Amino acid sequence: MLRLEHLVWDAPDGEGIIKDIDFTLKEGKLVVVTGPNGGGKTTLAKLIAGLVTPSSGRIFFEGEDITSLDITQRARKGIAYAFQQPVRFKGLSVRDLLELAAGKKLGEEELCGLLGKVGLCAGEYVDRELNAGLSGGEIKRIEIASVLARNAKLSIFDEPEAGIDLWSFARLVETFQELRSQCAGTLLIISHQERILTIADEIVVIADGRVRTAGPRREVLPMLLADEKQARCPLGREEARV
Amino acid sequence: MNKITEELLRMVSDFQGAFSGAFNIREDGQCAGRQNSANITITSKTDKPGIDIVVKPGTKGETVYIPACVTHGDLDDLVFNDFYIGEGADVVVVAGCGVHSDDDSEARHNGVHQFFLEKGAHVVYKEKHIATGSGKGAKKIDPVTAITLAEDAVMEMDTVQLRGVDHSDRKTTATLADRARLVVRERIMTNGEEQAITDFDVLLKGEDSACDLVSRSVAKGHSYQEFRSWIRGENRCTGHSECDAILADEGRVNASPALEASNIDAALIHEAAIGKIAGEQILKLCTLGLTKEEAEEQIISGFLK
Repeated sequence: MLRLEHLVWDAPDGEGIIKDIDFTLKEGKLVVVTGPNGGGKTTLAKLIAGLVTPSSGRIFFEGEDITSLDITQRARKGIAYAFQQPVRFKGLSVRDLLELAAGKKLGEEELCGLLGKVGLCAGEYVDRELNAGLSGGEIKRIEIASVLARNAKLSIFDEPEAGIDLWSFARLVETFQELRSQCAGTLLIISHQERILTIADEIVVIADGRVRTAGPRREVLPMLLADEKQARCPLGREEARV
Repeated sequence: MNKITEELLRMVSDFQGAFSGAFNIREDGQCAGRQNSANITITSKTDKPGIDIVVKPGTKGETVYIPACVTHGDLDDLVFNDFYIGEGADVVVVAGCGVHSDDDSEARHNGVHQFFLEKGAHVVYKEKHIATGSGKGAKKIDPVTAITLAEDAVMEMDTVQLRGVDHSDRKTTATLADRARLVVRERIMTNGEEQAITDFDVLLKGEDSACDLVSRSVAKGHSYQEFRSWIRGENRCTGHSECDAILADEGRVNASPALEASNIDAALIHEAAIGKIAGEQILKLCTLGLTKEEAEEQIISGFLK
């Protein structure tokens, strides 16, 4: 459903952030993109959603070349994007945002369903303004709910766990699992969280602007966990024990 | 009442062909309709143009409409309306103003309103201003509101000016006694060469009196806005003013908030922010399928809601 071909993006100062990335996303899958900070994950997500224009390379969505399409056009094709750092709006309420996302008026039951998926009670939140009165965690969960409201073919979540408490995060993981089991579109999640990695169908590891590893979870996750173990228990310590 | 007045009334005071309860319609400097209710009496002043609106103590749930319309140029309508709100009364006052001109001479309405709220009274005051017509003459609305709140009285002002007014100079003064509370929500949008000046002077005289003043504005085209506020705390009190402005095109906004505390227990706060629409806000709404123009419109209408 999504194919990236030789995707490159250079920052305005000329530094290469995305360096020739190729990969294909299959329909209905839950794919987690992971890798070290500064490796290019968020930039990659923005390139797919149209927030950033590639320096070269092509993006195909459902067989159509969407490289030249802007954010709005891509959104209307069925690509949704949850910002890592959500935006606040003075004057817009939670209800306004969710209805804009859904493209229609929403009943109380629908609002309750959407907010419930991110661990919020609709009655307390629907009429609140998306301003400084909401905490970082609350606004993040509302951001995720706005993407769920899109009911998109491809939903991209950029570090959905950031700023969310443990209980809400557990609910969010359940939501991602539900979406996958209902075949409710394709999910692309950027995350470092092991709990999210463990529910992935496929994992893509990006570092220094390139795909380092990509494949089914059962193949990639053990390698990642081994790498992490090695990082926590480096060679020097092993030698010391001997 | 002419057709233009009817149309203006629809825009500024939700007129649906008739008002229920007490009302006074002012058209081109004359009374075009009046009705009293059992609890609200409206009488003409004898020494100057205007009316006295007297609300009996304890009156609950009534709305009084006092819209004013100017329907042609070469008219400078000055009116003095005084509101006497009895102890414990709880009413809504709708005081919209519409100015229309299809000619090249100036049309102006200047309403000077005084509110005297007795102990424990509560008033919701709605004031919507609009100007229409193709005339090149300036359309002006210059409201003056002077508020005196007795102990435990509460006044909520909801003022809106969204289009067409070439020049407005709004002055609001208030004096609050013990535990009295003033809440102001102001929304202004200017475009083209329009100018809007708004000036608040609030005296928190009584113990535990409180004022919450929020102004949101959008300045488009080459328009200019000035926001001045002066909150003075002379007792243990709380005062908050907030001025948020969005700039578009070549719009300009000058915000000059001032706070003056002369009691150690006066807690006064001011917040002000002026800037264009944040790019991230537009991007977010575009990811929901809105165009850039639709996103801007949505952000502005939400901001001024």
